[in-house]
Amino acid sequence: MKKLTCLGLSIVMALSLLAGCGSSNTGDTTSDQSSAGSNNAASSSGNTETTLSGVVNTNGSTSMESVMKILGEAFHELNPDVEVKYNGSGSGAGVTSAIDGTADLGLASRELKPEEEEQGAVAHVVALDGVAVVVNPENGVESLTVEQIAQIFKGEITNWKEVGGEDMEIAVYGREAGSGTRGAFEEILGIEDAAKYLNEYSSTGDVIGNVASNPAAIGYASLSAVGDTVKAVKVGGVECTEATVQDGSYAIQRPFIMITKDGTELSEVAQAFLEFAMSADVADLIAQAGAVPPVQ
Amino acid sequence: MSQTAVTMEAPREKSWGTGLSAGRKAYDRGLRALVWLCAGLTCALLLFLIGYILYRGLPGLSWEFLTTQESLLKGTMGILPAIQNTLYVVVVTLVIALPLGVGAAVYLTEYATNHRLVNAIEFATETLSGIPSILYALVGYLAFSNTLGLGYSLLAASLTLAMMNLPTIIRTTQESLKTVPQGYREGALGLGSGKWHMIRTIVLPGSIDGIVTGCILAVGRIVGESAVLLYVGGMDSTLNNFFASLDKFAHSSGATLTVQLYVFAKERAMMDPAFTVAVVLLALTFLINLAAKVVGKKLRQK
Amino acid sequence: MKRTQKINPLEAGMHGLFFLCGFVAVAFVLVITVYLVISGLPAIREVGLVDFLFGTTWDSDNKTNPQYGILPFILTSIYGTAGAIIIGVPIGFLTAVFLAKVAPPKVASAIRPAVDLLAGIPSVVYGMVGMAVLLPAIREAFNLRAGDTLLAAILVLAVMILPSIISVSETALRAVPREYEEASLALGATEIETYFRVTAPAAKSGIAAAVVLGVGRAIGEAMAIMMVAGNAPNMPGLFKSVKFLTTAVASEMSYAADGSLHKMALFSIGLVLFIFIMMINVGLNVILKREKE
Repeated sequence: MKKLTCLGLSIVMALSLLAGCGSSNTGDTTSDQSSAGSNNAASSSGNTETTLSGVVNTNGSTSMESVMKILGEAFHELNPDVEVKYNGSGSGAGVTSAIDGTADLGLASRELKPEEEEQGAVAHVVALDGVAVVVNPENGVESLTVEQIAQIFKGEITNWKEVGGEDMEIAVYGREAGSGTRGAFEEILGIEDAAKYLNEYSSTGDVIGNVASNPAAIGYASLSAVGDTVKAVKVGGVECTEATVQDGSYAIQRPFIMITKDGTELSEVAQAFLEFAMSADVADLIAQAGAVPPVQ
Repeated sequence: MSQTAVTMEAPREKSWGTGLSAGRKAYDRGLRALVWLCAGLTCALLLFLIGYILYRGLPGLSWEFLTTQESLLKGTMGILPAIQNTLYVVVVTLVIALPLGVGAAVYLTEYATNHRLVNAIEFATETLSGIPSILYALVGYLAFSNTLGLGYSLLAASLTLAMMNLPTIIRTTQESLKTVPQGYREGALGLGSGKWHMIRTIVLPGSIDGIVTGCILAVGRIVGESAVLLYVGGMDSTLNNFFASLDKFAHSSGATLTVQLYVFAKERAMMDPAFTVAVVLLALTFLINLAAKVVGKKLRQK
Repeated sequence: MKRTQKINPLEAGMHGLFFLCGFVAVAFVLVITVYLVISGLPAIREVGLVDFLFGTTWDSDNKTNPQYGILPFILTSIYGTAGAIIIGVPIGFLTAVFLAKVAPPKVASAIRPAVDLLAGIPSVVYGMVGMAVLLPAIREAFNLRAGDTLLAAILVLAVMILPSIISVSETALRAVPREYEEASLALGATEIETYFRVTAPAAKSGIAAAVVLGVGRAIGEAMAIMMVAGNAPNMPGLFKSVKFLTTAVASEMSYAADGSLHKMALFSIGLVLFIFIMMINVGLNVILKREKE
């Protein structure tokens, strides 16, 4: 019996540790951040409503990771009792989870398809983003035309020397079928159902990581996620930057959207977060995350 | 067996090495070398794995890494949320699975009278403990996230894991219940004790070590699990505040250590923090194994 | 029978409670089985059993003509498992012989906890080390366009099944009565001859159980091989990017729309996997039963 009590006690201790983590967390957020105090003051004086509390689960596009994390963190600073959760499982999963209600907000890095709208999905554009065509930094190719890119991904061009590079077989990397980046990329290039991939990866970072480690690779990924490890080629002579995406001169671009379901009421916190993400105030944050704020 | 017969007919030397036929000598030497080679290979593999993980992961290990959360605004990088989520999942899963599993085992060994039924159930639990976790993820996602409306949440993941670990807990508990001598039970009942009283004072205390072993096994399995946690529990990496409200307890999603490792390595191509998480997991695995060994030793002493 | 028995409410209550626990636990277990079978059948019926099992093209995302043939996954799972067994079993078995018989006791007792540690390491850690070490190595060594191949998956699986094969075979080897070995040694056989011609055959059902266990673990693994296999639904080839039964479910379950044929097809893959595992378990049971006799 003593041992049973011990067991019980240890469970209680573990629980209290968990609780401790939680409470120390709130302690951190109020003491650590110099801005928190003023924010609290602002929310208590400005907003006469009750303070928001709860969890917003978002799920979907892996391209939107940095945008969502920055928005979530900023929203958490404004409302310390609200936690915005980001789960990166791909745009297809984002649409599905918004429709079936497994997440509060779905995320997708492409336009909704007609059949998805029929099922009640509603899009809210948060940002614009370029799909960068990335190669290994060692690769000498700097620029490709839209036509060449389409041929490479269709498997009609199979060697880098055909487009001005070294004599090397091209390793064509793509995303899994549910990806928004893949959907947008293939749609814009007109190669839906025709692309032939050597490998399919399940996230933006995965494509970048594999392109970074393979001199012969080509892939595509969100502009907001492209760092120093890979090189974005010019598409039709236009460099992929925030500016060229914003003025529309960069051809391969798509919106970042949050998805709700028509007729389903959002929870109070989710509604507040959606409004926050759609507001003009967050333009700086979106730019900081590497994406392009939509034209208001 | 015929080969054994051949060996028996072979001339009987007292010591091997001298006087063996060339063929037998080669067989002996060759196989002995092979055995050493394979053992060496296994050890080398082991040393390489552990060494490589430590080599790549240790430089990133710091108090700050363990006690902060990742923040793009503040530029910090830490896995405290993953540690917290792992703890949540382990505790909630055990709180659900342990009473159910032990209760079921007690029912099966102490109360149930239909032996064919008991056998069938034992067979079922045995079979189900071999089912791959991805199938549990599939069922858990549909049953808890979707049908019960829990969504992506650690609670749904814990429920799925409870389902997954029930067979293990039932089996280990049953085995240790069976080691309690029948005479004890008869003695207690003969002295006029009620059945529940007998179970509470004789059977359960006598088999507590087995139950604890089952628990440790389950903890090991939960900590090492990734498919269920990834597809049902989500992969967020911010701190949770589980006990702030019922909504937060039921609704919070997040990555445990294994999922965090997967996300770092696979989704975000950040190998260095991934290896550091691996160091933490390695240490945890070591501790769990140690605990199991200590309990096992105690059990044998009885 | 009709002796007056005082019905203690506490006793009756506890009986009920335990019954409830047993009932819930068993219900859990049964629900999974029934759920898998029921949700796995519709897609098979729609696609047709033969087209589903033997179709060589899986193209679930094709808008005009989606195809759901899972032969590539089945074959990949079989090849992958077989490869892992071919590599893992001999090494594991010989290491077990070493630990049980050849090694000095001190060495053995130093290696054993390390093998246990290997068994407890989460599968994603193996996948990650595979990603970091194996993939570049394979790409360089065979001059391939990408290292994510069936070969990488086989190697990762072989390492993953090693610990369970070692520990189960070691237990089996140790269980062989000492007298067998002594008799053989007394007749002049060398130690090595004794271990391989007397001890190993006597422990063969235990070793077979180890192999079956390894098969079960290899065929059911998802996350580790998802990290190294490339995940394109090709027909298997050692240097091709491939998808296993498990990784097909894992990589597509989150985005397949509810109620679509795609999602139902994933459940059917789950059912096929379930049947594989059941066959393996029944095999294991048969072996263990024979051992008892």
